[in-house]
Amino acid sequence: MESILQEWQERIRQGKPLRIRGGGSKDFYGQALAGDVLETLPYRGIVTYEPTELVIAARCGTPLTEVEAVLAARGQMLAFEPPHFGAATIGGCVAAALSGPRRASAGAVRDFVLGVKLMDGAGRILNFGGQVMKNVAGYDVSRLLAGSLGTLGILLEVSLKVLPRPAAEATLALPAAQDAALALMNRWAGQPLPISATCWHDERLTVRLSGARAAVTSALAKLGGEVVDAGGKFWAELREQRQPFFAGETPLWRLSVPSTTSVVSLGAEPLIEWGGAQRWFRGALDAEVVRDVATRVGGHATLFRGGDKSVGVFQPQSPGLLALHQRLQRGFDPNGIFGRGRLLSAATTTSAADNGRSDHA
Amino acid sequence: MQRQHSHQQDQDFSDVDGSGLIAALSALLPAEALLTAVEDLKAYECDGLSAYRALPLAVALPENEAQVIGVLRTCYQRGVPVVARGAGTGLSGGALPHRHGVVLSLAKMKRILSLDPAARLAVVQPGVRNLAITEAAAPHGLYYAPDPSSQIACSIGGNIAENSGGVHCLKYGLTVHNVVRIRLVTIDGEVLEIGNHGLDAPGYDVLALLIGSEGLLGVVTEATVKLTPKPELAQVVMASFDDIEKAGDAVAAIIAAGIIPAGLEMMDKAATAAVEPFVKAGYDLNADAILLCESDGTPEEVAEEVAAMRAVLQQSGATEIRVSRDEAERVRFWAGRKAAFPAVGRISPDYYCMDGTIPRKRIAEMLKAIAAMEKKYGLRCANVFHAGDGNLHPLIMYDANIPGELERTEAFGAEILELSVKLGGTITGEHGVGFEKINAMCVQFASEELAAFHRIKSAFDAKGLLNPDKAVPTLHRCAEFGRMHVHAGQLSHPELPRF
Ligand SMILES: Cc1cc2nc3c(=O)[nH]c(=O)nc-3n(C[C@H](O)[C@H](O)[C@H](O)COP(=O)(O)OP(=O)(O)OC[C@H]3O[C@@H](n4cnc5c(N)ncnc54)[C@H](O)[C@@H]3O)c2cc1C
Repeated sequence: MESILQEWQERIRQGKPLRIRGGGSKDFYGQALAGDVLETLPYRGIVTYEPTELVIAARCGTPLTEVEAVLAARGQMLAFEPPHFGAATIGGCVAAALSGPRRASAGAVRDFVLGVKLMDGAGRILNFGGQVMKNVAGYDVSRLLAGSLGTLGILLEVSLKVLPRPAAEATLALPAAQDAALALMNRWAGQPLPISATCWHDERLTVRLSGARAAVTSALAKLGGEVVDAGGKFWAELREQRQPFFAGETPLWRLSVPSTTSVVSLGAEPLIEWGGAQRWFRGALDAEVVRDVATRVGGHATLFRGGDKSVGVFQPQSPGLLALHQRLQRGFDPNGIFGRGRLLSAATTTSAADNGRSDHA
Repeated sequence: MQRQHSHQQDQDFSDVDGSGLIAALSALLPAEALLTAVEDLKAYECDGLSAYRALPLAVALPENEAQVIGVLRTCYQRGVPVVARGAGTGLSGGALPHRHGVVLSLAKMKRILSLDPAARLAVVQPGVRNLAITEAAAPHGLYYAPDPSSQIACSIGGNIAENSGGVHCLKYGLTVHNVVRIRLVTIDGEVLEIGNHGLDAPGYDVLALLIGSEGLLGVVTEATVKLTPKPELAQVVMASFDDIEKAGDAVAAIIAAGIIPAGLEMMDKAATAAVEPFVKAGYDLNADAILLCESDGTPEEVAEEVAAMRAVLQQSGATEIRVSRDEAERVRFWAGRKAAFPAVGRISPDYYCMDGTIPRKRIAEMLKAIAAMEKKYGLRCANVFHAGDGNLHPLIMYDANIPGELERTEAFGAEILELSVKLGGTITGEHGVGFEKINAMCVQFASEELAAFHRIKSAFDAKGLLNPDKAVPTLHRCAEFGRMHVHAGQLSHPELPRF
């Protein structure tokens, strides 16, 4: 294992741009890829797992399936329910920071990151955070690294908080128009109900309940609708975007908006998750229009999969925030070795918040 | 306990032009928003850690964001240190003034700007008290989950700066899990909107970076916090143990059984003895330790969980188990825990609260080590802590009027912190490094990590004007500290890696 790290340090020393790659399952995600591939797969293995501490630590190249299997054997799970989208590794999972159906109730990837061992752009090996639940010594660099898409360094090792799997789980579905479904999801979210996932599509609202047996049973009775027997399959397919809505090559847009945002119209009907906070759209949509809509409601839009990335995959930052991002990036990667531009796009349409527009670069 | 803070300062600000500064500030603030008289400044000379005191040149009390920007720009141009301050309840000297600087108090910005029950969000100014948010949300069946024991007084700005926790954080998360958006004014007066009212934002998670950054990166002028539905029912199980080790093991057993209690707290005999006469919570004074273990949810859910908790506690050797019969009793059980600090303050002239966090399984080991340290330093120590997340609060009791006691207390505290790091934990779980633990940071972090922190700092505040000498030590300071530490012969754990 040591020799792998030395080899990586040597490659960093050579100074050529590198693209960190785990299983390649998120190659589709982010701005265009650049640099020579640095494979993390050989650097693998679970470092520690202590069920009573609710913590697992693993090297970046460890397959996500392996982590999940080890946890499942002890009745625990990664509560943010990350999608795999292929042969995902735990390092890529944290670097991409994509969360699944449980996100709205349990939290996102960053909420569970406790510590990170990083190799930065100067080949330095740095330890941040650790294995304990609470830690405010120094800045919270571990959480900053979640979602950094390999642009700040190689996440050599991550430690994550894990949770017990719920004792019981059930799925129900009911017919609902989009506006009614949005209202219901928000109303329910304001009540002490064990809702762990929601999905609206095709005039149908599907809800998952998780928790103590008694809580699930009483919520089922309270919420009504019909019980879906193949609930497990439904959520697994949603998590991996294997439902028909996600099929085909048409560009897939993701809007992240306040959950109470009313119906957003962008041509085709969306698929809605996270209690209304995550809305998926298909179609060759005009990026400018999508971004304007997202900005107006206080959210942001991502060209998640497919389409023409030259319009910018991510919603551009305000100039002040972009400059801060660049300064942070330089701090970790002074020579710009890692994944240049995969996260911070060169395209700078300006968001409405800046009261102005600048030209596309 | 008192001591003018005479510790070494990392950056020299002695050339700050005090009268020029005050003239510039009075041009942009109303008279009542600027304090410069020594008797007025006195009220700001320390935070909740009163062992360290200093008088600033001035205290600015802006009433709005424009004034905050004005103060920061002025200080930026003149190279003047700025220490943000909320309610001043911090326990690590984070809001300790800089004697060549300005204290920027956010206390006047205390309005709840909006509360949206449907979206379960509240937009608040930084000076809003933690409990005020929960009170405003209560009519909607909602509350703000992080509940530090200081919640009647502490401000949300301070909570953000410290990533504060409370007894319910095991299940509902810390401040970082409950704040979704911040408006930040940087030292040069620029306003940054970080986060939003959705569930994520593009780019780096700057929001997470800012939470817990102890006022070193910018000044929070507004925040949006998440509101949580109030559970239908909550009940607390109180278990007595005749052995502290068994209590520690019971904590791990509960988690191992797949239970995440809404709160899981421990108090040792010294703590219950201090609290009981004061609060009359009904604690078992014969027990070596008691555990408070809360369940919340629907009535059915609570019944199921309480039964499970009871079984585990019994198996772990609890000598007595009581379950709160009604809300009044539940509140009473917690009242003792929440009043532990002031209660210890009543039985001892002074106390010093530590905040190390360790893996749960090391709790018993740590408590035994602390007992040995009590003998070594000749000082008593009461232990209350967030057992569920391994966050200890040893309260070292001393009398500052007895020569040498404060010094012995500091050495005692430092030894606890070093042991926390050695046991795989951290020197601070929720109170922050502040001024107090700046040297202990040298024990926890190697110079490479510290250098990385400094690069982050300079991405926000290249001149190092925001809260200097706090939170992240200079490499120079750590080198000095390392030398002194060894010379004094106090290095308790020579096996610790050093640099
Ligand atoms: C009796 C008692 C019990 C306590 N119990 C707990 C507990 O259970 N859990 C817990 O976590 N803490 C606890 N604390 C510690 C303290 O209450 C918290 O750290 C709290 O968050 C501090 O808030 P404050 O408004 O008093 O901040 P202050 O003490 O005024 O400031 C704390 C830090 O925040 C910075 N700051 C303040 N406002 C801003 C702003 N607007 N922008 C940028 N930086 C800012 C300051 O510069 C300083 O570094 C307790 C304290 C006491 C005295």
